[in-house]
Amino acid sequence: MRGLQRSFLFVPGNNPGMVQTADLFESDVVIFDLEDAVAPSEKDSARILLSEAFKRFNYQNCETMVRVNSADTHYFDKDIPVVATLGVDYILLPKATVEDIKRLEAYLDKLESPLGIFAIIESSIALEKAFDIATASVRMRGLLLGGEDLTADLGVVRTKEGLEIQYARNRVAVACKAAGIVAIDTPYTDVVDESYLVTDIEEGKRFAMMAKASISPRHIDSIHSVYAPSEKEVVYAYRVLSAMKQAQAKGLGVFSLDGKMIDSPIVKRAERIFALAKKIGLQVTGVEYDA
Amino acid sequence: MEGLKQASAGSLESNDLLVFVSPGSGIKIEIESSVKLQFEAHIREAILSVVHELGVHDIHIKVEDKGALDFAVRARVKSAILRARGEK
Repeated sequence: MRGLQRSFLFVPGNNPGMVQTADLFESDVVIFDLEDAVAPSEKDSARILLSEAFKRFNYQNCETMVRVNSADTHYFDKDIPVVATLGVDYILLPKATVEDIKRLEAYLDKLESPLGIFAIIESSIALEKAFDIATASVRMRGLLLGGEDLTADLGVVRTKEGLEIQYARNRVAVACKAAGIVAIDTPYTDVVDESYLVTDIEEGKRFAMMAKASISPRHIDSIHSVYAPSEKEVVYAYRVLSAMKQAQAKGLGVFSLDGKMIDSPIVKRAERIFALAKKIGLQVTGVEYDA
Repeated sequence: MEGLKQASAGSLESNDLLVFVSPGSGIKIEIESSVKLQFEAHIREAILSVVHELGVHDIHIKVEDKGALDFAVRARVKSAILRARGEK
C-alpha cells in the first residue's frame, strides 16, 4: 500500500477517454474494469487498450487495480497473464470463492507476479465464507462488498436506505478487520439522484467499512470527506499519543488520560487516526504532526 | 497478407477511433479525423508502429478518428489486426 485507501473508483477498461484521465479524479485507487463494464465482444479490445495505456501513462497519483473476469469464465485465463504484466498494484477478483483465490494465487506465483489480491463478496455463500476468503492467500489485501449482486442473490430489493445490506456490511467489515485487510463498501449506484450519497457513505463507515467503491468520479470528494477523521477525533488522538510519549519517557508501562486508562486498542486507534489526518494534511488547532 | 479477413475495432466515441482492416496489396492507410491537418502524420506513425510490430505487409487500414491519443490508436489498430487474423 503506497498511500491512503479511502476511495476505489471503477473506470471502464475499454473507454480511452476515461482510461487516459483515470488518475485525475483524485481517487486513492482506480479500478480498471474488464468485467461488467466491458461487453463480451470487446473483452479482447479492452485488454489491449489497457496494455497500451500502461505503456503510455504511469498513474502516479493513485494506486491501480484491474477487475478481471470471474474464474468461471473463459476470459479469466486470458485476463490474468495480461494484467500480471501491466504494472498495476492489485487484481480484483469478482464472484470470489476460496478455491478461486487459491487458483489465482497459484497463477500469479507461476507468473512470478507480485500482485496483491482484492476479492468481491457478492453472493450469500461468499458472505458466509467472508473470513475464509479474506485469509485464503497471503496476497489478500481487501474485500469489496458487491451490494447489487448480493441483494439479487438474496432475492431482496436494493434500496437507497440500504437496510437490506446492513448485515453484509458488518459481516464483511468484521471479516476484514479480523484478517487485517481493507473492507471496501459497495458503490452508490444512482448517478442521477445523489440525495442519499452521503448517508450511504456514512452508513458504510458506521458499520466499520474502511473505504468505499465508486462508479462516478463525482462521488470521490464526498467519500474522502466522510472518511476523514473529525477535528475532535484528531485532537483526542494527538493527546493520547502525547500522553503515551510522556509515560514512556518516565518509564511507565501504563498511563491514563482524563482519568481513563489508555490501553493498546485506544493507542492503535489514535495512531491510525493521527496517521490519516497527517496524510491528508488536516489542519487542526493545537495539533503538531511532526512534534 | 495470408489469412487476413475483414475486421474492425474501436468506436466513434470521443477520444476513441474506429478502425477497419481488410486484405490489401502493400500497406494502404486512410485517415479521417477532425484534427487531420495537425495530427495525420502522428496518427499514421502510430498505426505503422503496430503494423510493423505485428509483421504485417499487405493490408488496407481505414481509420475514423475522434481525437484519440496515440495509445488508443495503437490499441485499436492492434485489436483490429488480431481480429482479422482470428487471434481474438
